[in-house]
Amino acid sequence: MKTKNIMIVGVGGQGSLLASKLLGHLLLSEGYDVKVSEVHGMSQRGGSVVTYVRYGDSVASPVIDEGEADCIVSFELLEAARWLPYLKEDGQIVTNTQQIDPMPVVTGAAAYPEDLVNKMLATGARVDAMDCVALAAEAGNIKAVNLVLLGRLSHYFEFPEEAWMKSIEACVPPKFLEVNKKAFTLGRNA
Amino acid sequence: MKQLMLGNKAVARGLYEAGVQFASSYPGTPSTEVTEELAKYDDVYCEWAPNEKVAMEAAFGACLAGKRAFCAMKHVGLNVAADPLYTMSYTGVNAGLVAVVADDAGMHSSQNEQDSRHHAIAAKVPMLEPSDSAEALEFTKLAFEISEEFDTPVLIKMCTRVSHSQSIVECGERTVPEKSYEKNIPKYVMMPGNAKKRHPFVEERTRKLIDYAESAPVNRVEMGGTGLGIITSSTSYQYVKEVFGDSVSILKIGMANPLPVKLILDFASKVDELAVVEELDPIMENHVRQLGLKVRGKDILPICGEFSQNLIAESFGRKPASGRKLEETLPMRPPVMCPGCPHRGLFYTLKKLGCTVLGDIGCYTLGAVAPLGSMEMTLCMGASVSSIHGFNKALGAESESRTVCVIGDSTFMHSGMTGLANIAYNQSNSTVIILDNSITGMTGHQQNPTTGYNIKGDPAGKIDLEALCRSMGFTRVRVVDPYRLDECEKTVKEELACAEPSVIISRRPCALLKYVKRRPPLRVNPEKCKSCKSCMRIGCPAISMKNGKAHVDETLCVGCGVCTQLCKFDAFEGMTEEG
Repeated sequence: MKTKNIMIVGVGGQGSLLASKLLGHLLLSEGYDVKVSEVHGMSQRGGSVVTYVRYGDSVASPVIDEGEADCIVSFELLEAARWLPYLKEDGQIVTNTQQIDPMPVVTGAAAYPEDLVNKMLATGARVDAMDCVALAAEAGNIKAVNLVLLGRLSHYFEFPEEAWMKSIEACVPPKFLEVNKKAFTLGRNA
Repeated sequence: MKQLMLGNKAVARGLYEAGVQFASSYPGTPSTEVTEELAKYDDVYCEWAPNEKVAMEAAFGACLAGKRAFCAMKHVGLNVAADPLYTMSYTGVNAGLVAVVADDAGMHSSQNEQDSRHHAIAAKVPMLEPSDSAEALEFTKLAFEISEEFDTPVLIKMCTRVSHSQSIVECGERTVPEKSYEKNIPKYVMMPGNAKKRHPFVEERTRKLIDYAESAPVNRVEMGGTGLGIITSSTSYQYVKEVFGDSVSILKIGMANPLPVKLILDFASKVDELAVVEELDPIMENHVRQLGLKVRGKDILPICGEFSQNLIAESFGRKPASGRKLEETLPMRPPVMCPGCPHRGLFYTLKKLGCTVLGDIGCYTLGAVAPLGSMEMTLCMGASVSSIHGFNKALGAESESRTVCVIGDSTFMHSGMTGLANIAYNQSNSTVIILDNSITGMTGHQQNPTTGYNIKGDPAGKIDLEALCRSMGFTRVRVVDPYRLDECEKTVKEELACAEPSVIISRRPCALLKYVKRRPPLRVNPEKCKSCKSCMRIGCPAISMKNGKAHVDETLCVGCGVCTQLCKFDAFEGMTEEG
């Protein structure tokens, strides 16, 4: 099988590390060779962050390059647009519609671009956009955005729901399990 | 059992299996997790040292005593530890001694992009270079064997993509070899008479290591198409495999120093053209050229920045994959101080007072970024305290009344203290601000000598910063809370105005620490907000302008209340006392 590529992008501090941990667990238990690449340090302080998840029979490079991503999962709208060039011709974007102003917007040096979902669609990209904060709140914790997104992502893969749930159980502390499972299901069925 | 494991964690596992009994490190991205993960094994003694030099010397002591020992650092940390390393090369070891040095091509979280392989060459010590987690584990164990067999410290070079990528490993068992300590003055006392005898040993050892490199399993040939032969290592090997598969032949170098000779000549003879693919400096390439071979390398590949599969494809004339793009330019998203960051209030004050600020290494380097934009120099660990002295000596009283330096608690322990001693001794009227957030922040919350806890989170010795500064002769040592802007402003003004050197400790724990309670988010009363944007001057990511009024993002705000002190109209509501 040719290597498949999933990118998880967002703003440092939004919790993308749990999402990549969970995906890694799932893909390994499905029997694939897997590489997950993260960046720690300075960019975690509110900067643009990206995690690369690659799987297949044999994975070489730990990173994903422009035009290679089968799927981009984004925690924030502007970040989905920023990483758009990494999407494959027939790739899929799954994004939260939450907008977090970057510092140039906060200081007034730039404006937050308008209507990004439609602009991305206009390039021919497949975009699935949803308000994950609202769904996470519905699940019982606004921090469960990552599980809402993964739930939505799961919709585009053939792995059985049970396999996803097993990985959630393996990666999430027991006291947050219920709310995270609920968030996943809300995302999956959204 | 197969596991997905971070490269740094795989090194830690390798250390555990190799029977390491002592580890001392200073945190630094991308090396930090090696020691953090090792500390999770109860049967390994682990510690955070105040800096890399201390860590390496502590590890040397443990190896001398007969226990396998280890230290880890980032690339620039090896500059600090270079002093012991270069002479440990002469003494050699008793039990094995291995150090990890993690480079940061692309400067994800570093102040320069130096190539650590130069240190291995200059210190004349072997260096292994794994390309994924499985190799990280295996090479770590091998490093101890090499260390003991050849009587040398061994470096393991990691890089961001190997350190911070997870790939599959299989774990083994732990075995703990030990040696006894034996007094050996000619070997371990490096005074001229003894060192003169050790230097030829080092040269002879290098010759033996080159022989070892010729057939070492870490240097392997993967024959494929013979039109092009590529010599490569580390993460570059993975990119080469990604782009070329087995359409080319590859000599994968796992031992970056010393490099083999016959192996390379033999490989070159089997391919039509030869290329070297290595990030940063042309070290393997220069070696290959010295062997009289014709080779492509930095003529087609960059020295600056990190590689990727597309970059390599393009450099070799292949068409890389490409994607679609929006037509408009998107605003950048640089890193920023977190909501509730205690550094924010202090930097706001320094900007308001028009201070010249000499800075240091840590989260607070972000004080240089708009809108705070109040840091004018950052060089290396501890340089703020040393430099302000030179700056003030050069410019005199006028500078002394407006210049401050800022340094974090951990960085101060690392190498700020010696600069402070210079101020006390050679008497400049300098104002030093210690940003004490009670943790090593940027690298992800490591304890340090001022926090009172050790790497395992157990109570430990605690250095009293005020007492330390006073004992150096500073009579003016003040403590301020950076959440209280009035107090900060008054104190900084007074200390700049007074005629003797002073230390201001700006003390409040990092807002991300688990024990720091988040207060409920504030909200803006749109009736009261006059859209003056005063609150925007602190650059808090939780505050933005929405429909012409200030707006607080409730998912980000931690209720620190610094913004409430800037609003003349009391538009921020919901402020609660600290609980």
